[in-house]
Amino acid sequence: MGEVTNQGLQQDGFDLTQFYAVFFEEAGENLANMEALLLEIDVGQASDEELNAVFRVAHSIKGGAATFGFSDVTTLTHELETLLDRVRRHELSLTSEMVDVLLEAGDVVRAQLARHQGSTDQVPETGDLIRRIKLLASGATLGATAAPSATARGSAAAGTPAPALPEGTRRLAVRIGPLQDGAVADSLAELFRDIPSLGAIEPTDGGKLDAQGFRSFAVTTQSPDAELIELFSFHVAREQIRIEAPAPATPAAPQSAEDAAGFGFFVDPATLPAARPAVAAAPVAEVAPPTPAGPKTAERRGGGDDRRVANLDSNTLRVSVERVDQLINMVGELVITQAMLTQQVKDLDPAQFRSLLSGVTDLERNTRHLQEAVMSIRMIPMSFVFNRFPRLIRDLAAKLDKKIELKMVGEATELDKGLIEKIIDPLTHLVRNSADHGLETSEKRLAAGKPETGTITLSAAHQGGSILIEVRDDGQGLRRDRILDKARERGLAVRDDMTDPEVWALIWEAGFSTADTVSDVSGRGVGMDVVRRNIAALGGTVDLESTEGKGTRVCVRLPLTLAIMDGMSIGVGEETYILPLASVIESFQVEPGMIQTVGSNGRVVQVRDEYMPVLSLADEFGVPRLAAEDASKAGPQILVIIEADGKRLAAIVDELLGQHQVVVKNLESNYRRVRDISGATILGDGRVALIIDVSSLVKRSRH
Amino acid sequence: MGMMEQMTQEIAKPSECLTFRLGNEEYGIDILKVQEIRGYDAVTRISGAPEFLKGVINLRGVIVPIVDLRLKFQLGEIKYDEFTVVIILNIRGRIAGAVVDSVSDVLELSPEQVRPAPEFHCLLDAAYITGLGTVGTEERPRMLILLDIEKLMASPEMGIAHEDEALSMA
Amino acid sequence: MRSILAVDDSASMRQMVAFTLKAAGYKVIEAADGQEALDKARAETVDLVLTDQNMPRMDGITLVQNLRGLAAYAATPILILTTESSTEMKSKGKAAGATGWLVKPFDPGKLLDVVRKVIR
Repeated sequence: MGEVTNQGLQQDGFDLTQFYAVFFEEAGENLANMEALLLEIDVGQASDEELNAVFRVAHSIKGGAATFGFSDVTTLTHELETLLDRVRRHELSLTSEMVDVLLEAGDVVRAQLARHQGSTDQVPETGDLIRRIKLLASGATLGATAAPSATARGSAAAGTPAPALPEGTRRLAVRIGPLQDGAVADSLAELFRDIPSLGAIEPTDGGKLDAQGFRSFAVTTQSPDAELIELFSFHVAREQIRIEAPAPATPAAPQSAEDAAGFGFFVDPATLPAARPAVAAAPVAEVAPPTPAGPKTAERRGGGDDRRVANLDSNTLRVSVERVDQLINMVGELVITQAMLTQQVKDLDPAQFRSLLSGVTDLERNTRHLQEAVMSIRMIPMSFVFNRFPRLIRDLAAKLDKKIELKMVGEATELDKGLIEKIIDPLTHLVRNSADHGLETSEKRLAAGKPETGTITLSAAHQGGSILIEVRDDGQGLRRDRILDKARERGLAVRDDMTDPEVWALIWEAGFSTADTVSDVSGRGVGMDVVRRNIAALGGTVDLESTEGKGTRVCVRLPLTLAIMDGMSIGVGEETYILPLASVIESFQVEPGMIQTVGSNGRVVQVRDEYMPVLSLADEFGVPRLAAEDASKAGPQILVIIEADGKRLAAIVDELLGQHQVVVKNLESNYRRVRDISGATILGDGRVALIIDVSSLVKRSRH
Repeated sequence: MGMMEQMTQEIAKPSECLTFRLGNEEYGIDILKVQEIRGYDAVTRISGAPEFLKGVINLRGVIVPIVDLRLKFQLGEIKYDEFTVVIILNIRGRIAGAVVDSVSDVLELSPEQVRPAPEFHCLLDAAYITGLGTVGTEERPRMLILLDIEKLMASPEMGIAHEDEALSMA
Repeated sequence: MRSILAVDDSASMRQMVAFTLKAAGYKVIEAADGQEALDKARAETVDLVLTDQNMPRMDGITLVQNLRGLAAYAATPILILTTESSTEMKSKGKAAGATGWLVKPFDPGKLLDVVRKVIR
């Protein structure tokens, strides 16, 4: 951990550094939260809930920063809090100017925290930012040349330490007297109870007449003096009413000495009832402060920080990645041991060793489930990656002076943590490309009859043992002639009659770029070959599709370590296959005459109003025919209606074996893609079953 | 630090190889490429694959393809029973299994025992042969055909590796 | 052993408070917002409640009001943790029935001092 410049590290022998890690993580999350909220917020129609949420973030960071002594963060977040407090109380309206400044402030706080964590030496500049925040908080707009000290309105909120009261509320000192009976003045309190909008009243005299026979009260009200006097005169004579603005030194609450001490009581602590009798007699108050946790701090940082923190406000647990990997390794060892046992007992006499054999089978299944469960711990939803893009797009749109809308689909799709981190850079590059080179300027878009706002769509979905991540834009698409020209320029061998896909493939060549200018947004386009290499290093592939004038689509396919799907097991001959349950519409027995032939070798079946092609999976997958005697014993065949991409197909199978959750294993890790098969899974008995790629099957049978 | 590299660089260090029989011939492969040896069981057929690619198995949760070298090289009668042996290989991080007739020993071969292979015919293409080893005793010497198993398994003709990979490894 | 309910939506604050109090021999129950605190307070009666004001779901003042509505907590010491000693906050707190307040940031020593004043 780098040097931490702060105060309050050691207080009364308490070492607070052990809480830093949690604070930094928490603050990081809070900042991300705040950014997301600010980007979502509709400036004209921000809800109270949203405003309160943003306020709470600033408040929370400030509280922690102050407690742990990060004064630079405290100072900045205090200004943010002041501004946000006024906004959430509707004393100020939220403007997009404010949102911009708040976003900027978020970045600066992040930089401040980074410095405290030791990851950078830069001291972020805050003077001007604070000036602007204060300006906004005082109700002025930026660009106004008014000096920060000029108050646009007479409110007390602009950065002064005085507590903020709603507009128009006054604090008054009221004295009533001289009185014979002090209790008469208490009836004034009733007035305040009966008329809620009147304000608040509190005795400042302990409820007793003072030496001059006066009662004193502190009143907080929005009503003018005249109105107060009118009301009070129901109970006391007008001459007995004296209203003054309180001297600044008089706080409404009794113990001012304690104020300075930073705490106070409404009720004299001495009068508190004795605490419930303690079970243990140990005198709690006499325990000396504990010694600082020295050894703990020493081993705290350096990537091995695996203090488990129970986050009580949600059902999550913070665990370090190292611990999870350790767990995965240990389970791996367990699996090997279990496999060895399975091997050892294989040749035992099943009659004699029935329990043992069945136990070992159970062990194999349990171990496999354990392994899958442990691996799933590392799975993180794509939203983790996608969430940084709204901010990026906002900044890009501003920089490029284009209107860009970002759509995200499938953020809940999960991916292994290791892959998630490595996919961020390539994806960012692709998004920047779309924004910079893909989408046209407003004028060009309007001229082309397109909506002024360009759309970039990010999507993620599972497909068999892979995850498909797409970056799509509705921009100008790849320009064939420009690419061919550029390729020729670079001495690449091209022909005019190359197909579009062949032309797009040229993009992957190193140093290729057809950009007119080198913008600092996406650079020279040298990235595309790097993108491809990065993705190949993850075991994935990337493909490009484009239509000139309409847009471009880049599709990244990555292998998954774990994917779970609902599947239906079907028997085809003696083999078992899996159909994704989501693609199964219905199934029924084949009756004679149901299936009709069309043409020379086509077959169709009528299901309600639709005729759909019939496909025998046994033929399709070359499954050996059942031997004659087995065939006669077999029941009637079954038609399963499956659907993909809106098209349907009737598949002939021999048996429906059941529905269950299926862990999708990747075929391509050790083998290669198989036609019409999207992955494999391991059945309960340890055998492998192939998962059918319904989309590809349907596509081919219906073209 | 492959053993094959050591042998070809003629460093005076003995190397270990696993020996197995295919037909009438005995082969030796780098022990470091061998992950384990298993029986033949529960192989799931894959449609469209060549006949010698028997299918895939579940190896402790990982899907692994199995090729039958006996079928590939058309060797006599093929049986699948409790004696059938599968060598599970780790080829540059990818796992695949090969069925052979039988597995013998793990032998240590010193460089003196290895000679370059002259042009001769055996089941396999000369491209996969790295040398000939002499093992056994004076009275009963045996010839061991030293095989680059990695090159063989990754070659396009095996149909296991991805298309572009196979080309780069051939 | 006296028990204390510490309520704050910031995990690092809760940690610091819990650590400090536990080291001094108290039992500490944590909650991240007013609703959770109320549920926990009902489940197990504590000797003292320390609560932040700004929290999601239910804020500190509302929590105090709700606690005072429970028979078991009619007289339990409740302290509000506030970032400023504003009159408004204090009067709200008092009206709600809080026993006192503690200004944030506070250091662990001060926390213990104040706690000792209210629980014997």
